[in-house]
Amino acid sequence: MSTADPAEGGTGRLLLLLGAAVVVLAFAVAVATAIGDFAIGLGTVFLAVTNGLGLTGADIPPIEQSVVWDLRLSRALVAALAGAGLALCGTILQALLRNPLAEPFVLGVSAGASTGAVCVIVLGIGAGGLSLSMGAFAGAFAAFALVALLSNGATSGPNHTILAGVAASQLFNAITSYIVTTSGNAQQARDVMFWLLGSFGGVRWPDFQLLIGVVVLGLAICLWMARSLDAFTFGDEDAAALGVPVARIRLILFGVTALVTATIVSMVGAIGFVGLVVPHAARYVVGPMHLRLIPACAAVGAIFMVLADIASRVVVAQQTIPIGVVTALVGVPFFAIILYRARPQT
Amino acid sequence: MRIAARNLVWGVRRRTIVSDVSLDVQEGETLGLIGPNGSGKSSLLRLLAGLRRPLSGRVEIGGQDIASVPRRTLARQVAFVQQSAATDTNVSVRDVVRLGRTPHRSALSGWSAEDETAVAAALDRVDMAGHRAQAWQTLSGGERQRVHIARALAQAPRVMFLDEPTNHLDIHHQIEILRMVRDLDLTSVVALHDLNLAAMFCDRIVVLRNGAVAASGTPEAVLTEALLRDIFRVEAEVGPSSRPGQPHIRFKAG
Repeated sequence: MSTADPAEGGTGRLLLLLGAAVVVLAFAVAVATAIGDFAIGLGTVFLAVTNGLGLTGADIPPIEQSVVWDLRLSRALVAALAGAGLALCGTILQALLRNPLAEPFVLGVSAGASTGAVCVIVLGIGAGGLSLSMGAFAGAFAAFALVALLSNGATSGPNHTILAGVAASQLFNAITSYIVTTSGNAQQARDVMFWLLGSFGGVRWPDFQLLIGVVVLGLAICLWMARSLDAFTFGDEDAAALGVPVARIRLILFGVTALVTATIVSMVGAIGFVGLVVPHAARYVVGPMHLRLIPACAAVGAIFMVLADIASRVVVAQQTIPIGVVTALVGVPFFAIILYRARPQT
Repeated sequence: MRIAARNLVWGVRRRTIVSDVSLDVQEGETLGLIGPNGSGKSSLLRLLAGLRRPLSGRVEIGGQDIASVPRRTLARQVAFVQQSAATDTNVSVRDVVRLGRTPHRSALSGWSAEDETAVAAALDRVDMAGHRAQAWQTLSGGERQRVHIARALAQAPRVMFLDEPTNHLDIHHQIEILRMVRDLDLTSVVALHDLNLAAMFCDRIVVLRNGAVAASGTPEAVLTEALLRDIFRVEAEVGPSSRPGQPHIRFKAG
């Protein structure tokens, strides 16, 4: 038997918000697909998409069909998934580590990814058989494994885990710098640097297929454990007293965030700020309870990232600004407004 | 529910913190756990509540060995109130009390009428129903402690453990909270610092020293001048209070 839940402001309102978010996201993706060096009308975009899905056989120029379907749509959808995934990971880590500064890269994943990428690009490990993405993914997981080891399988408490993450980040950043300075040439160093700041250039449908699987799986697991995450509000021991198997939940959720983050980083680089800011923004709208917060975060993160990608392409004509630069430049003022409005009323 | 602990041992590395403790708590009884700082009160409480695994020995609650009961099942019968648990999250009083329903809800089950009743009753019980929409961060220390107890009550437990629930509270709230705990229709174990409060509100008292039981029995039998000198290293006069069976302790300045 189920009754209306006054504290949750009604499920109806949440569904309405999520519905509105999906509409906004669809519109943002359409705009992202229309805008570019070669502008295409929204009507043509729509036809090109339905053509691509095999629903229509409209007669539009093949070049426009190809730009929309093969290049821009996959890029916009990967951006949306990356935004949703990073925001999801930020939410989970902020809850598990009970730290408002936690974000997806707090467990050393981005530092490990860059080391892995450098090993492939600069040192040539794998002799061409390994792609940059595979190297980055391996590096990211190596960093996560180190953090898990240093914090006894993430059971030693939040601060211990954060310190282990800091140590792993420092270690892997040092290794990256060492490799770049001793054996890299200037061009390789620039490539790595640019990749790290994030870029959606070059993503295609196979990337989308991989990412949607990982992000949807992560989202499902996190939603399944949303109630347990709420129980961490007053700390690990309190969660245990409420019947939550703390060690198991922590390890599973850390593993999920590492998987999602590592996949995103290896595909599009370490895009900062989204995972830190979006959870705070979403919490401000739907409150701190995770069954509502998690879907809201995913939606806001997706929209934010697609808009940031549009901005990165149009701010400077003929040039793409690294997406990480845009997320920070757009995100910080926005975040400042939230901080200002949410300041303690003393 | 009855609680029976047998030969509990627990420690960190080579330091033994709880050594060979056995105790029994009868159905509906309020047991006070007292002892100097570092005597193992908090650790023993966590062993009894199943939050830590003893190195050896066992705890039975309602005749069942809690080591063999799944965490969630245990949380439907046993509640634990930490001393001054805090959070940075911006939650409302109602959100906090709702957390108490966690062990009764599955991953995706809706909010049932039973959940709603339990939360409302718990808020009423601690006299915080009027504050349900208030933000946790704006509560006073006494109100926070009452909300924590409401959350424990929303768990619908048969046994409640409280770790120094009166810490940092003024004397009015100390008495109010302990009276509430005593009057609850539950078996409860309370770790306490204040000996007079222990005498006033506990049916029986267990005194710990260096992780072992040094004395146990009714307040009258346990709280003697000799014990206070021996274990708490204070000089005091113990006399009768206005209530039979509740000794009154007057500490001497020396």
